[in-house]
Amino acid sequence: MIGRRRFIATGASGLLLSSCDRLNNNAQFRGVLRSAEKLTMGAQRIVSPRDALAREYSEADMSPIFRSNGTSMPGTSEYAAHLAESFANWRLTVDGLVARPLSIPLQTLRSIPHRVQITRHDCVEGWSAIGKWHGLELSRILDAAGLSTRAKYIVFHCADRFGDKPYYESVDLVDAFHPQTIIAWGMNDHLLTVPHGAPLRLRVERQLGYKQAKYVQRIEAVESLAGLYGGKGGYWEDSVDYEWYAGI
Amino acid sequence: MDDPAVIEAPVEAEPAPPPPAPQIAYRHRLPTRLWHWSNALTVFVMLMSGLMIFNAHPHLYWGQFGANFDHPWLSFRGRPFPGWATIPSMYNLAAARRWHLAFAWLLVVPLLLFLVTSLINRHARRDLAPTRDEVKPGHIWHDIREHARLRFPTGEAALRYNILQKFSYISVIFVLLPLMILTGLTMSPAMDAAWPWLLDVFGGRQSARSIHFICATLLLAFVIVHLVMVALAGPINEIGSMITGRFRVPPERSEP
Repeated sequence: MIGRRRFIATGASGLLLSSCDRLNNNAQFRGVLRSAEKLTMGAQRIVSPRDALAREYSEADMSPIFRSNGTSMPGTSEYAAHLAESFANWRLTVDGLVARPLSIPLQTLRSIPHRVQITRHDCVEGWSAIGKWHGLELSRILDAAGLSTRAKYIVFHCADRFGDKPYYESVDLVDAFHPQTIIAWGMNDHLLTVPHGAPLRLRVERQLGYKQAKYVQRIEAVESLAGLYGGKGGYWEDSVDYEWYAGI
Repeated sequence: MDDPAVIEAPVEAEPAPPPPAPQIAYRHRLPTRLWHWSNALTVFVMLMSGLMIFNAHPHLYWGQFGANFDHPWLSFRGRPFPGWATIPSMYNLAAARRWHLAFAWLLVVPLLLFLVTSLINRHARRDLAPTRDEVKPGHIWHDIREHARLRFPTGEAALRYNILQKFSYISVIFVLLPLMILTGLTMSPAMDAAWPWLLDVFGGRQSARSIHFICATLLLAFVIVHLVMVALAGPINEIGSMITGRFRVPPERSEP
């Protein structure tokens, strides 16, 4: 009797598992699961005031050690050259659907009044770290460039590579113009270190860690994400199918 | 067709009472049955995809932050949960999140519908709320002893939830599931911005993540006990009543 029960239980769990795996490999079913991403994003946007702020913490709440993740050193010779001269000639390009394309020297970005925020970084894997970020509001950069009314997404092109693929990320205009969305050049009262994205990185505080693009070189305003790289709006989105909307 | 003679005859003759015909009672209404089976599916998917997500960072912390250099209260090496316990069976955080965050809707929406329906049709009040007599320590202790001896209620009593059932259903419906959902939402950076009180209620995102895992463990314990009880109480009748609503009432036990 026990033998038979165990047989049935093992069979049932095996059946359940293999059917889950089969479903997971079925493009149509994945499409159904993917539609929940839009539902979640829509629902979160309905309950979120447009400028609802992520919690800002005090210095006492900061992580003693803020671990880095992803790229810890972009391996290109171009980046190595920039690093060797302490990013003296690093420029942030702003182009795409803008009235006035910009090429802003790093020194200029660092010298104008900026925002300081102590916020929590949440990795998709589950861990969190709290750190202090110093940087310029993305909205000010976009306003200076004069965004076209056709622009729907802001894309961040990065200097690091995964294999031969460049890292990139994107957000929509709600997050791009959020008051806490900054192009950060400093962390914890110092200039950004290489593992944390020197010399410039994105902070988009209502989304998960993989959206926080590091080593940002170019900001591009686009109407659609379809034509870029894998078409899903980010390196991890293209390569392992992480959600483009990482608010949850 | 009514023949009074046939009906009256046994009364006059007073023979030995015939074996009672099995009494069928309508025990579970449609909303309960629908919600039960939607949960039966959803809870397994949530638990198994949740274990895969846990495998991505199998360390739990208390407080606002917590990562590899901080102090976990629970920590595993490698990927603790094996393939047979996770969805999908091979390590894939992206896919597990897609399952988890899609099926979360099937946990939240039916729960809300069930709660509203149960308040309107008085299911919660009539069937789930313990009566004054039931919460007396003597009664609870009696029920625990009866359960331990695997003596389950018969006759009329089998149609009502006993106090241990009521406690466990109330804990799941009104405590564990809401806690699962709210701690799940607290892990969402966008929800923390929209509803900052979530962080205050649970004492931070990492505390919420720990509570999420503890509640999942308790829910799994509930599912296991629930399945064992169904098996012991007569699986065909119990499962059948959750499909059709109709329950074959076990005949009254002749008390010694």
